[in-house]
Amino acid sequence: MFDFSVVTKWIDTGLHNSMSPFWATVAEMLIIGVAILVFYALIGLFLVYAERKVCAFMQNRLGPNRVGPFGMFQTVADLTKLLFVELVPIKNADKFLFNLAPFIVIIASFMAIGAIPFALGLHAIDLNIGVLYVIAVSAMGVIGILLAGWSSNNKYSLIGAMRSGAQIVSYELSVGLALITIVILAGTMQLSQIVEGQSDGWFIFKGHIPAFIAFVIFLIASTAETNRGPFDLAEAESELTAGYHTEYSGIKFAFFFLAEYMNMFIVAAIAATVFLGGWMPFHIRGWDEFNQVMDYIPTFIWFIGKTFFVVWLMMWFKWTFPRLRIDQLLTLEWKYLLPINLVNVLIMALMVLLGWHF
Amino acid sequence: MRSIYNYLKDIFQGVWSLLKGLQVTGKYFFSPGKIVTQKYPNNRKDLVMFERFKGEVVMPHNEKNEHKCTGCGICEINCPNGSIEIISKMITTDDGKKKKAIEKHIYRLSMCTFCALCVKTCPSNALAFSQEFEHAVFNRALLIKVLNKPGSQLMKGVEL
Repeated sequence: MFDFSVVTKWIDTGLHNSMSPFWATVAEMLIIGVAILVFYALIGLFLVYAERKVCAFMQNRLGPNRVGPFGMFQTVADLTKLLFVELVPIKNADKFLFNLAPFIVIIASFMAIGAIPFALGLHAIDLNIGVLYVIAVSAMGVIGILLAGWSSNNKYSLIGAMRSGAQIVSYELSVGLALITIVILAGTMQLSQIVEGQSDGWFIFKGHIPAFIAFVIFLIASTAETNRGPFDLAEAESELTAGYHTEYSGIKFAFFFLAEYMNMFIVAAIAATVFLGGWMPFHIRGWDEFNQVMDYIPTFIWFIGKTFFVVWLMMWFKWTFPRLRIDQLLTLEWKYLLPINLVNVLIMALMVLLGWHF
Repeated sequence: MRSIYNYLKDIFQGVWSLLKGLQVTGKYFFSPGKIVTQKYPNNRKDLVMFERFKGEVVMPHNEKNEHKCTGCGICEINCPNGSIEIISKMITTDDGKKKKAIEKHIYRLSMCTFCALCVKTCPSNALAFSQEFEHAVFNRALLIKVLNKPGSQLMKGVEL
């Protein structure tokens, strides 16, 4: 397995040799910021394209096929258009909050991406409470959505924002509890150690039934948390035109749009890290030759592959299920997911206590 | 006890029905079968429109340049937008009778909503829809069409 920390160490020592420790740290932060920014934009563009293609294939269509080979530059063209679109100023809107909201949404997803281990040694910040940090930070995005709805001075926006608030408040619980189930099994909240703990089998296999239930619940709840279909009540095109971002245009709208897809990526990355082993190759305890063969595939490929598998699952959900009504949404959470989840945490704790996991 | 049974039944039935839905879309994703997308400008040459398609109103003529329009004006009366106008003339038939016939059957494509009332109500089935749909022109006047071809005559046997 190639260790990316060789590269990062080399950059680190190089910077420390040429400037004072303070400026070296500043330069490192800048490099990481720019790298994540570029990654963010590329993944965002790719996900929009992938979503359109996946949706098309599920409906027996072709999807974008005009701009470039297989329509690959469609999203680049769309983004270029969005950059040139006029930013329409809204009368009677709360100007400051209106302009602040897209940044809060994008900063929240930006902060979450910093804590995700992309490959062996490619990890911007390894907090010892990584899981808690990611949940806390990714939940901050809803503040941006609420601000956008409130400051737009528009009924559709406000209703969309309030729905989003109710949704996050309820589904955040399920996301947290589903992750806690695995934290019990792993015995740590540090994401790098969670990945290390899966070196002899991913947690979804090690924890078998409760881990699988937790994975399914995490998928449902995190789909709801990112405001994607079938839980896209906050946007609900057919009811609220565009929900909380009705009044936004141009690059501000692009921020919301990009943040939605990035949140999907982040949630999928967390699911991949916690349940499917992150960058850890597919290992089976005792099969040493098999494990060595698996190690030849780069860790970054493993991570991206798993993440896109989860992303694909979420797209599959979106293009299969109809949108829930608000009462059905809350019923699903409070009457079904939450009780199942609490029992599941108990079962997992028992299992770890009695050593019934692999 | 009953309620707990129902609760669990609800969950399993719900999951089962969701899986059924996922199965349908998943099957399409991996084996799309017939792709319905038409790559229009590329397949322009062999594009076949379906029979029900309402492109524009035409008056079919046979090979002897004869049509079935008697000039009764029912299409003109029935048209909700006034896009049809019939200019008629009086002709003398071979046996010396005076009869009404069409001079021009004017059809304004720009005003037509393709409601098909003219085609449906025509007593002699003189009108039909063609499958032509590329209507763009550079001059608005080109959208005013005369449906009967120059020199055309009424088909024998349509009018008793």
